[in-house]
Amino acid sequence: MNLIKEHPILEFHHARKVTFSFDGRSLEGYEGEPIASALHANKIRIYRETPKTKRPRGFFCAIGKCSSCFMTVDGVPNVRICVTPLKAGMVVQSQKGNGSVPWSEPEAQKEGDGLA
Amino acid sequence: MRETEVLVIGGGPAGLSAAVEAASHGCDVTLVDSDLALGGQLVKQTHKFFGSEAEYAGTRGIKIAKILFEELEAAKDRVTVLSNTTANGFYPDDGVVALVKDEEEYIRLRPKKTIVATGAMERLLPFPNNDAPGVYGAGAIQTLMNVYGVFPGERVLMIGAGNIGLIVSYQLMQAGVEIAGIVEFMPKVGGYWVHAAKVRRLGVPIYLRHTITDAIVEKGVVAGAHIQRVDEKGRPTEEIRKIDCDTICMAVGLIPTAEILWQAGCKMTYVPELCGHVPQRNAFMQTTNPNFWVAGDASGIEEASAAMVEGRISGISIARALGRIQGEAFQERYLELWQRLSNLRAGEVGAKIRSGLEKCSNCGCDWGEEA
Repeated sequence: MNLIKEHPILEFHHARKVTFSFDGRSLEGYEGEPIASALHANKIRIYRETPKTKRPRGFFCAIGKCSSCFMTVDGVPNVRICVTPLKAGMVVQSQKGNGSVPWSEPEAQKEGDGLA
Repeated sequence: MRETEVLVIGGGPAGLSAAVEAASHGCDVTLVDSDLALGGQLVKQTHKFFGSEAEYAGTRGIKIAKILFEELEAAKDRVTVLSNTTANGFYPDDGVVALVKDEEEYIRLRPKKTIVATGAMERLLPFPNNDAPGVYGAGAIQTLMNVYGVFPGERVLMIGAGNIGLIVSYQLMQAGVEIAGIVEFMPKVGGYWVHAAKVRRLGVPIYLRHTITDAIVEKGVVAGAHIQRVDEKGRPTEEIRKIDCDTICMAVGLIPTAEILWQAGCKMTYVPELCGHVPQRNAFMQTTNPNFWVAGDASGIEEASAAMVEGRISGISIARALGRIQGEAFQERYLELWQRLSNLRAGEVGAKIRSGLEKCSNCGCDWGEEA
């Protein structure tokens, strides 16, 4: 990871190192730190593609306000990765367009409750 | 439905100060912050503060955050802290503030009084490719390198030679990042000379009367920029220069975060000196909605020292509104705080702020509304 090792003022205390996946690749990061920090430390800067003009977007505000860093995390789209803590085994995917939530039939309907 | 006496929205310098001050007078406080940890910008500020001794001049922001955290710890019986919690809206019909915690839990909270200490967000300039990965806000860059120890890039072009642009440039160099230059539209540096001198001594060019015309993008990310000289009237000239960099840092100002104040029906005024729409307030930092107070950058862009005192003023004034402190005890503490705030704004450096405040303050000598 591309981390600052020596600093005249600061000492960095990282939590446990964990692995997670990014677009199928296995990467390392620190648990509890924002997903964006982990990706950036792995020199990954493109996080999504805009719906209409297909432009790449990345990190910008780091405070969860600008919507630039939306990604699909564990199947959930539009996750603000600059303020979402990394967990072991997370599946992080570049987001294309608006993203969609996988739809599963409600349980009652699967069992055939007589509703159309 | 949860209830609290005092809700403080935002756990930066203003909100932390407001929470500990209100708690010190016996109020029960709920402090919410949308970030993973409290501290706001303080936890990224490795430089030593200016201002006055009462507001920790000469102390680094990160150290000031620790002092406030200790105060908060001492007041923990009275303060409930909810981090990773966003105040999503205020509903005037029933006085409920809707909170979302950890992106999962929806909490309806009804406070008696609310302090809005939501801070600010970064401004962006319009230029081609300003949306490209590698164009980052100055606060975001500080978060990456000073909180998480991650290199924001290898070579950074700084846009803006105000205090933030100068200080963040110096911080980047401390972390081992190269600065390609600092670009400033105005004919002179906006920040303090001491900060400008530090980066100049290290050989960083400051391009005065220049603006960024576009970011150069290769493989989807920033690979450089063009900057252009402007004439004395700010019109572009023929002089264009290509800068090699992989990151463009925007330090071109902040905008107060004021959504909740609008929702609460506070009377808002556009004040250019304070960088946006800000609420009208009295000398106690109370807005025109008698249940809403404001402190810090949400009340107008200033700096952290003033934000901390404003937080204290709103905290003690809410304690008074709730009947926890009154008479001479209140006056003594309040006047001390007010004096500290006036000291910070004295002289030439405070002139712009004072002129802005005249447009949105009903200060006078009245003692505000007794709630």
